[in-house]
Amino acid sequence: MSDRPLLELDHLSTHYVTARGTRIVRAVDEVSLTLRAGETLGIVGESGSGKTTLALSILRLLPPAAHIVGGALRFDGEDLLAKSPAQMRHIRGKRIAMILQDPMASLNPLFTVGDQVAEPVRVHEGVGRRRAWSRARSLLADVRIPVPDQRLREFPHQMSGGMRQRIVGAIAISCEPRILIADEPTTSLDVTIQAQYLKLLRDLQREHGLALIFITHNLGIVARMCDTVAVMYAGRVIESGPVRRIFNAPAHPYTQALIESIPRLGAGPTRLTAIDGQPPDLAVLPAGCSFQPRCTRAIERCRHEAPPAIEVAPGHPARCWLADQSKR
Amino acid sequence: MKRFVARRLGYALLSLCLLSLTIFLFVRVTGDPTVLLVEPGASRADIEALRADLGLDRSLVVQYATFVRDIVRGDFGRSFYYRTPVLELYLSRLPNSLLLAVAAMAFSLLIGIPSGILAAVRVNGWWDGAGKIFSLLGLSMPSFWVGLLLILFFSVYLGWLPSSGSGTVWHVLMPAFALGWYFAAAHMRLTRSSMLEVLGSEYVKLARLKGLPEALVIGKHAFKNALIPVLTLAGINLVLMVNVAVVVETVFAWPGVGRLLYEGIAFRDFPVVQATVLVGGSMIVVVNLVVDLLYAVIDPRIRYER
Repeated sequence: MSDRPLLELDHLSTHYVTARGTRIVRAVDEVSLTLRAGETLGIVGESGSGKTTLALSILRLLPPAAHIVGGALRFDGEDLLAKSPAQMRHIRGKRIAMILQDPMASLNPLFTVGDQVAEPVRVHEGVGRRRAWSRARSLLADVRIPVPDQRLREFPHQMSGGMRQRIVGAIAISCEPRILIADEPTTSLDVTIQAQYLKLLRDLQREHGLALIFITHNLGIVARMCDTVAVMYAGRVIESGPVRRIFNAPAHPYTQALIESIPRLGAGPTRLTAIDGQPPDLAVLPAGCSFQPRCTRAIERCRHEAPPAIEVAPGHPARCWLADQSKR
Repeated sequence: MKRFVARRLGYALLSLCLLSLTIFLFVRVTGDPTVLLVEPGASRADIEALRADLGLDRSLVVQYATFVRDIVRGDFGRSFYYRTPVLELYLSRLPNSLLLAVAAMAFSLLIGIPSGILAAVRVNGWWDGAGKIFSLLGLSMPSFWVGLLLILFFSVYLGWLPSSGSGTVWHVLMPAFALGWYFAAAHMRLTRSSMLEVLGSEYVKLARLKGLPEALVIGKHAFKNALIPVLTLAGINLVLMVNVAVVVETVFAWPGVGRLLYEGIAFRDFPVVQATVLVGGSMIVVVNLVVDLLYAVIDPRIRYER
C-alpha cells in the first residue's frame, strides 16, 4: 500500500458555540490522526467524548452550532476544508460513506428499500432507475440479504433490525467509497447479530478495499476489528497507536483503566473495576490535563499544565506527563 | 379495543345529547318567534293559533321530547319561515358551504405548507421571523374584519371582485381567503414544527450522508414525512370550516350553511337553528371519534391507557 495516508487529520478542532457565544464546547480539540488505505482505525471513548462530532467533522456535516475552528483535514491529498459545499456533496456517500448508529431510524419509513439503496448510485453516477435498481439488487446480495428481489420492493418496517442495518451497510458501499465510517453500528443489535454484522463489515472491507473508521465504546470490538486505535477523552485523542501495542502497553492512565474495566471470562471471581467520577463538562474543562480529577496517579504538574502528545514509541503518542517517565 | 370503542361511542352520544338540550334551550331564550311571523297588527287569537300550529304552546319537556323523538326518526322539522323541511334547506345550502370550505382549504394549504417548510429550513432566519408574524396575525385577526378589509379594498376601491353573492369563481375568492386565513396560519405552524422534527431525524441525516442535493433531502425525504400530521389536521379543519363559516358567509352574503344559521337566529326559526347546530355538531363529533379510533388503531399505547 502507498505510503501517503488516505486520510490525515492535523490538529483538527471542532467547537460548538451556543447562541450568544457565551459557552464554547470543545467537542473535538486538536485531534491528529492518520488512516491508510485498507486500514481499520478504531476510535474509542465514553459517550460525549467527541467521537461522533469527529466523524461528522471529517464529512463536514456538522449541526449548525458546530464549527471546525482549526487544523487541517486532508483526504487523498486534497484539502477537505477548502472544498465548497457542492464539492463536499460529491465526496459524501461516494468517496467517504458513513453508517449511523440506529438502523431503526436511519431508513426513511415512506420509501422502499430499493429506492433508498439505489439513490446514491443515481445521484452520484447519474445512472437511470432501472440500472440503479439492478445495482441495488446486487448490493443487497453483497450484504447477504436473502431474496433481494423481493426485499427491494418492501418498506423498512417490514424488516428486522439486523436486516435494516445490513441495508444501511449496502447504502454505504453503494458507490464504492474509499473510506467507511461506522458510528457504533452494532450498539442497537443483539450479540449474535452483532457478530454477524462485524464479520460482514470485515468481508466488505476485504472485497472492496475499504479503509474503515470504527467508532465504538466496546474495546472488545476494537481488539477484533482494528489495526490502530485512538482513545478519546473530553474531545482529545489522549493516546493512539497500533491495537496490539495499546492493549499490551497502554501508556495513559485512562487507557489503562479502560482496559482494566473490561470484564474477563475465566479470570476467576474478581471485582469489576470502574473509573471513578464523571467525564468533565466540555464547556468548563478543568485546568491542566482534563482527566486529572479522575486520575489516580495525577501529580502536581497535571493540575496546571495540559500534557502535549508525547511519543512513547514511534507511532504511539500519549497525552500524559507520566508517559515518558513510565517508559524510561 | 372493544371496550375502548364502546366508551368513545358513549362519550360521542353524550356530547350530542347535551348539545341538543343546550341548543334547544338557548334558542328559546331569544324570544317568541310568532311575533316575527304574523302581520303587524295581528290579533291575540291569531298569534295563539300560530303558536299552537308551531307546537310552541306545549310545555318545554313535551317540546324537547318530541324534538328528540323526531330526530331519532330522521325528521328535523319544518322551518317556521320557509315552511319547508329543514333537512331539505340544509342540504340545499351544503354544496355551497363545501365549495367555500374546499376553496379556503386549498388556499390555506397553498400558503401554509410552503411557508411552513421555508420557516423550518431557514429556522431563526428572516423567513422564519416573517412566518411568525404572519401566523400571529392569522390567528389573531378575526375573519369578519379580514373580510371587511377585503371588501373595502378589492370591491370598493379597486372594483375588481364582487362584494357578495355566489355563482362565479370571482365570488369565491374573497370569502375563501377570509375563511382560510386563520387556517393558513395554523397549517403553517404545524408544518414548521413537524418539518423541524423530521429534519432532525436520522433518515434525513443519512440522506445528507448519501451526498444528496439539499433540494432532494428536503423535497423528498423530509417533506413527505412532515406532511402526515398536517394532512390529518387539514382533514379535521375541513369539517370545521363548513361549520364555522357563519361570520364569513354573512359578511359576503354567501348562501351556505353558516348563512342559513344566521338567518335562523335572526328570524327565531327554531327548527333551522336546532338542525344546523346539531348536524354541524354531529359532524365534528363524528370526525373526532374517527380520528380517536384511528389513533388507537395506529398506536397500541392509547388503547390500554384509557
